[in-house]
Amino acid sequence: MQLELKDLYDGFRDAKTIKAYKKIIEEDAKKLNRTINIMEVCGGHTHTIMKYGIPQLLPSNIKFIHGPGCPVCIMPKERIDHAYILSMQDDVILVTLGDMIKVPGSNGSLQDARSKGADVRFVYSPMDCLKIAKENPTKKIIFFAIGFETTTPMTAALLDIVIKQEIKNIFFHINHVTVPEVMRELIDSRDEHVDSYNHNIDAFLGPSHVSVISGSKIYEEFPKNYKKPVVVAGFEPVDVMQAISMIVKQFCEDRCELEIEYKRLVTYEGNIKAQELINKYFQKVCLFKWRGLGNIKDSGLKLKAEYSKYDAEVIYKEILPIEEIEDHKLCICSDILRGMASPTDCTIFGTACKPNKPVGSCMVSSEGACAAYYKYGNLLK
Amino acid sequence: MKTVTLAHGNGGAENQELISKVFYKAFKNEILTKSEDAAVIEDGNLAFTTDSFTVSPLFFNGADIGKLSICGTCNDLAMMGAKPKYLTCSVIIEEGFEIKSLEKIVKSMKNELEINGAIIVSGDTKVVPKGSVDKIFINTTGIGQILQKGISSNLISSEDIIIVSRDIGCHGATIFAAREGMDMNSDLKSDCASLYPQIKALIEAGIKITALRDATRGGVSAVLNEWANQSDICIEVQEDKIPISDEVKGICELLGFEPMSLANEGTFVMAIKKEEALKALEVLQKFENSNNACIIGEVTQQYPKKVVLNSAWGTKRFLELPTGELLPRIC
Repeated sequence: MQLELKDLYDGFRDAKTIKAYKKIIEEDAKKLNRTINIMEVCGGHTHTIMKYGIPQLLPSNIKFIHGPGCPVCIMPKERIDHAYILSMQDDVILVTLGDMIKVPGSNGSLQDARSKGADVRFVYSPMDCLKIAKENPTKKIIFFAIGFETTTPMTAALLDIVIKQEIKNIFFHINHVTVPEVMRELIDSRDEHVDSYNHNIDAFLGPSHVSVISGSKIYEEFPKNYKKPVVVAGFEPVDVMQAISMIVKQFCEDRCELEIEYKRLVTYEGNIKAQELINKYFQKVCLFKWRGLGNIKDSGLKLKAEYSKYDAEVIYKEILPIEEIEDHKLCICSDILRGMASPTDCTIFGTACKPNKPVGSCMVSSEGACAAYYKYGNLLK
Repeated sequence: MKTVTLAHGNGGAENQELISKVFYKAFKNEILTKSEDAAVIEDGNLAFTTDSFTVSPLFFNGADIGKLSICGTCNDLAMMGAKPKYLTCSVIIEEGFEIKSLEKIVKSMKNELEINGAIIVSGDTKVVPKGSVDKIFINTTGIGQILQKGISSNLISSEDIIIVSRDIGCHGATIFAAREGMDMNSDLKSDCASLYPQIKALIEAGIKITALRDATRGGVSAVLNEWANQSDICIEVQEDKIPISDEVKGICELLGFEPMSLANEGTFVMAIKKEEALKALEVLQKFENSNNACIIGEVTQQYPKKVVLNSAWGTKRFLELPTGELLPRIC
């Protein structure tokens, strides 16, 4: 069967279906005597929720809180500075994905570096690095790799080709992060000011694209150990509405389970081949710093030591700073990412901090909670 | 704003900031600050405009930089209800450019001039060292004779409704697909076309147009926002009424773009009195290039200076001016 482009969205934005789910959720929510706070872990979901006005369809006791799942937003300044410094090397072409080039580091963004003469390029697929490397044999192509489980296999696949074809001018700066570790952190972290684990999360909407690779199994611990239901959901409005109704039903029926809404592509086991490729080339880093959240145990990946000759962090060790940089004092991204505050609670939201001049991490990418609120959130009920 | 970035050329918020803080600040005058597609001069008899064209690739499905350079300027004149008459053409060419490609571009320009009934009356040629420009840049300036006076994006009121002349986003989506070498099996093709024939037909049918604008950089979203702002009105758009082809929707899905922000080169937005709307649609739908013209929204006072997008399932949100460089989402 040939996949048509319209198959990507057709039916998943059907008004009748969305309205039908609205009704189901409203009926079920009446049976609850409490408010349910659902955290969408992924920025893609935040974007969908805000773009399609999903909160306007939900009863007042069903609320969204926004999670940390935007690979662009969570990139700490230290790592952006690395990309900036690498891009400014005369013989380097720095390649990365999409709106990563807008994120400000201490010296500016990669966009700023480009306006100062750096050769910075964005690609749709890491594989595009092969073409760039071939066309620029005297240059070093550094792929600034970002993203969750979704984009990691492509980086691994690129490295696989680089090794097999003995390509000498492609290198990697790895910033891949993993979802379950940060979810655990959000539940486990203690608020020092009030000495309490005071997150508000009742249930999770799990990102489906992550599970296409890793399987739904990575979320199993949350209903089991933390008593938080997880529904793995797609990114279309119908997907999100269906997933919400599944979560509400669990509360009505006093269940706490891991369920898959996005059955069209997600399985329990995931893509084993992709997982093997990741395991072949990557290992966990002990601590990876998340912008706004700080260091989180085992939440990042790096190249295994035997592949260090491809590792830009090793090769350029001398010029890449290691000092930690504090987040902006007025920014409350940390609380927003933990589900403890809303973007509009922030004093600099929409004033000193805007999408074209972001101060905090959540305003950086279109998938960040603050950026989504800024762009779509003005008519929220 | 310390240095110019690519975002300053997006036709959206940053672009407007650059224009108002640098150019309008220095050049401010009564004609310029009306911010119309073309300046209305000589007691409202003439329209006058200029545009520069840089596009990569130079040749793409549906058009090339030559056709674009004539359509762009002639369309700006047509959007003021003017018949394009005299154009100038200035080219900056990179050393090493093939004469054969240049001839192909010039031939496209000639064809498009004929459609508009306009002529090139003056020009300039510069050749610069390799690397100084990306292959070829073309500037065209045009003068047109105004056939219907009083068309202005500053005069839209609650009595108007909003029409879009065809399905949106084809040019932007085609350029993205071509530039990034996306191997797509589709009929996607730029909408690049001269709009004067349609405008002439509307005027000849005696239809009184309130405002017209071709939705180039920044797309329909930028036009509607500029209008809402200039006329101090709220424009409410029904999302499911906006014509978008499956190909454009698909590209937007793949790359995370909004069709409303994608560039067009042969699509215009029109504000017109409610009672004239059906007659205007009847005229437009006779043209192949606008046979799916339709009403997409109305003017209200609900949120002045804002554009509201109403979804088919009863939610609403503001449609903002595009910001930043148009970049694909990561996941």
